Amino acid sequence: MAKRTFSIGGVHPDDAKIARDCAIEVLPLPQTVYISMAQHLGAPAKPIVAVGDKVKVGQVIAEPGGFISAFVHSSVSGTVKSIAPRKDISGNLMTHVEIAVEGDEWVEGVDLSDTLITKLPEREVALERIKACGVVGLGGATFPTHVKLNPGPNAKPECLILNGAECEPYLTSDYRILLERTKEIVIGAAIMKNILGPECKCVIGIEENKPAAIKAVEEAVVVLGYQDIDVMTLKKKYPQGGEKQLIDAVMKRQVKSGGLPISVGAVVQNVATALAVYEAVQKNKPLITNTLTITGDCVAKENLHNYLFRIGMPLSYIAEYAGGIPEGAAKLISGGPMMGKAIANLDACTVKGSSSILYLSAKATKRAEASACIRCGRCADACPMGLEPFLLNRLAKAGDMEQLEANAVQDCISCGSCQFSCPANIALLDRINMAKGQVLGIIRARAAAAKAAAEAAKSNEAK
Amino acid sequence: MTQSIIWTILILAGLGLVLALVLFFIAKKFKVEEDPRIDEVEKVMPGANCGGCGFAGCRAFADAAVKAPNLDNNYCPVGGNEVMKKVASILGYEVKEKAPMVAVVRCSGSCDKRPKTNDYDGLASCKVKAALYAGDTGCAYGCLGCGDCVEACQFGGITMDPETGLPVVDESKCTACGACSKACPKHVIELRNKGPRSMRVYVSCMNKDKGPAAKKACAAACIGCGICAKTCTHEAITVTDNVAYIDYTKCKLCRECEAMCPTGAIHGVNFPKPLDKEGIKARIAERNRKAKEAAEAAKAAAAEAAAKEAEPVKKEENNG
Repeated sequence: MAKRTFSIGGVHPDDAKIARDCAIEVLPLPQTVYISMAQHLGAPAKPIVAVGDKVKVGQVIAEPGGFISAFVHSSVSGTVKSIAPRKDISGNLMTHVEIAVEGDEWVEGVDLSDTLITKLPEREVALERIKACGVVGLGGATFPTHVKLNPGPNAKPECLILNGAECEPYLTSDYRILLERTKEIVIGAAIMKNILGPECKCVIGIEENKPAAIKAVEEAVVVLGYQDIDVMTLKKKYPQGGEKQLIDAVMKRQVKSGGLPISVGAVVQNVATALAVYEAVQKNKPLITNTLTITGDCVAKENLHNYLFRIGMPLSYIAEYAGGIPEGAAKLISGGPMMGKAIANLDACTVKGSSSILYLSAKATKRAEASACIRCGRCADACPMGLEPFLLNRLAKAGDMEQLEANAVQDCISCGSCQFSCPANIALLDRINMAKGQVLGIIRARAAAAKAAAEAAKSNEAK
Repeated sequence: MTQSIIWTILILAGLGLVLALVLFFIAKKFKVEEDPRIDEVEKVMPGANCGGCGFAGCRAFADAAVKAPNLDNNYCPVGGNEVMKKVASILGYEVKEKAPMVAVVRCSGSCDKRPKTNDYDGLASCKVKAALYAGDTGCAYGCLGCGDCVEACQFGGITMDPETGLPVVDESKCTACGACSKACPKHVIELRNKGPRSMRVYVSCMNKDKGPAAKKACAAACIGCGICAKTCTHEAITVTDNVAYIDYTKCKLCRECEAMCPTGAIHGVNFPKPLDKEGIKARIAERNRKAKEAAEAAKAAAAEAAAKEAEPVKKEENNG
C-alpha cells in the first residue's frame, strides 16, 4: 500500500532525531517539586490540600475547576510547603503546590509491577478511572482525555487514530515509548477503542522515519491478538501530527472550519496518552510521569537523553542532572523546534505535557533580516490548513478583525510552516498567532453574548 | 482641417453644456439638506483626524456635535478648550472646560533598574510580544519596549529613549488623543491631568506582584507598602493589588508621598525646585509627633474626665 499523508501543504524540515537511540532513563527525585494547577486545557484545578499536609505519591492534591479540567495528583511523597503563585515557563504566574520530598511512598491500590494486564474492563469503569487519574492528551494540547473519549450520545466515533507521527524534529520521546512500552500502548489503544464503542476501528499512524517502532507495534498487535487495530505507515511530512492533518492522512476526510474531529467520526489520541490510559485503567496509576527528550543541535552526544520524569520537577534541576546547559546554546525550547514554546524561565517546572528541553544554537535560531513580501505564495503552498498567511499577516498588521475572521485566521494551527517556508524571512506566525488570539476572543465574546441574549429572551417568555 | 477642429470644439462644448445643465438640475432636485453648521464646526477643528475624541475623524465629530443636545460627551482633546469654545459659540451651547491632559508612562523599569532575564528575538511589536509571554524581564506588567506607542502617535509626541528602553512623551507635542494608551498592550500609558504649569505627581509603576517579588524584578517598582497612602493628607492615594495609584483630581502636589516612597516609584515632574526629601520628611515627622501628642493629650483628657465622673460615685459609696 502506498504510504499516505495529508493532502494540503506541509513542509519537510530535517527531522534531526539524534536522541532516538537513547533508552529511557528514570530521573531521580529532586528535593522539592512545584506542581502547577494548570497542566491541562480548560479551567485550572483547585488545590484540596493545605500547607503542612503529608501527601503520598499518587494522592489527589487538586480537583477539576470546571467541566473541561482535570484532577492533579502528587508526584512525590512528602510535606506540602506552600500553595502560592509561581512563574511558569512563559513567566506568567500560576498557582503551584510546593512539596518537600520525603521518601517515595505511594498511595495504596497502585500496581507498580511490570505485569502486563490484558483483560479490558467495562467502558464506564475505564472512563471513570481515566478521569480519576487525571489523564490529559499528551500530544501538546493537554485536553482532558475523559471529555474527548465521551463525545456524547449523538456522536458516532468511527475511527480512533493513535498519533505516533511525532513529526516535530528532534523529539524522540514518543518513539522511545513506542519501542519500550509497545504492548502497554497497544492495550491502551484497545481500552480507548472499547470506550468509543464496538463499531469504532483503530489505526495507529506512525511516520516512515521510525521503522523500528512500526515493526514493534505491528508485532505487538499480532501477539496481543487485536485484529481490528491497524498500523499505518505515513509519509514523513510536517505537521502530520496535527489532529486535522492526521485525520486527513488516515481517513481521507477533512474537518470543516470550526468543526471538531468527531464531526467526521474521528477521535485522535497521542501514543503517550495511550500509555497513560493503560497505566490509569489497568494499574490505577495516576498521570504523574511522562517522557521528555534532552536534545538539540549543540548538545554533546553523551548528553542526549530520554527521561522518565515526574510532574513538578524544576527544569533547571533536570538540565543540571543532564549535564548542564551546553555551551553555545542560544535558545531553550520546551517542545519541538517548530511549535514548542521558548523557555523564558528555567525555574519553571515540568507539567503533564512536557516533552523536551531543546537546546538550539544561535546559528539555528537567529532570525534573519526580514525583507519585503514578493507574493511568491510559498506560505500559502505550505499552509496545511489551506490559508493564505501573507494575506493574514497584512490584515493583522492593519488590525482588520472582520477580514481576518472571513479569511479563517481562527483555523490556523500555529504549525509555523508558513514562516519556515518564507524566503523573505517574514515573521508571519508571530503576527498571525496574535491575530488568531484576538479573533478567537471576539468569537467567544459573541457566542457568550448570543447565549446571554437567548437566556434573557427565555426568561422574558417565562414571565 | 480647420473645419474639423472647429467641429470638434463645437461638439464638445455643446456636449459639455448639455451635461452641465443636466447635472445642475439633478443637483437642485436631489439636494441633500445638511446642517451648514457641520461645515462651520469642521473648519474650526484641528483637522488631525486622530480619533482621540472617539469619532472616526474631525467631520464625524462635527456631525455628532451638531446633532447632540449638548457638548457634555463631545470633547476634542487635541484642540482643547480653545477649539471647544469656538465650537460652542457656533452651536450656541455651553462648554464644560476640561483641564488639559497628557500621556504619562507609568513604568520606570529602565535597563539598569529592571535586569533582563531573557532575550526576546521575535517580531518587534509589543502586541505580539505580549501575546507570546510575560516579557524579557522579571516584571510581567511593565513596558515591553518595542515601541507600539511610538508608532501609534500621529503627532511625533513619543520617542524611545535608547538608554532606558522606555518611551518618552514630549509634552509640547502630546495632544492627549489617547492613541498610545490604546496601543499599549500592558496599559502602561495613562492620560492624566497635565496639572498647573505641567506639574504633576504619579506612581510610575504597574507591578501587581507582592513587594519582594516586585522588588526582585525591578529596583524602581512600587512594592505596595502603603507608606504613601498613609502619608497623604488629601486621601488621594489608594493601594490596590500591591500597587499605589494617585487620584489626580485629589492630589495637591505637596510631594510628601514622593519623598517617602522607599523605591522612588513616585515621580514628581516639572516642579521648579528639586525635591527637598529631608525637609519634607522632617515636616512629616513633626506633624506626626504633634498628632501623637495631641492624641495623647486627648487620651489623658478623656481619662481625666472619666475619672472625674467616677469620683462622685465613689464618694457616694463612701458616704453610704
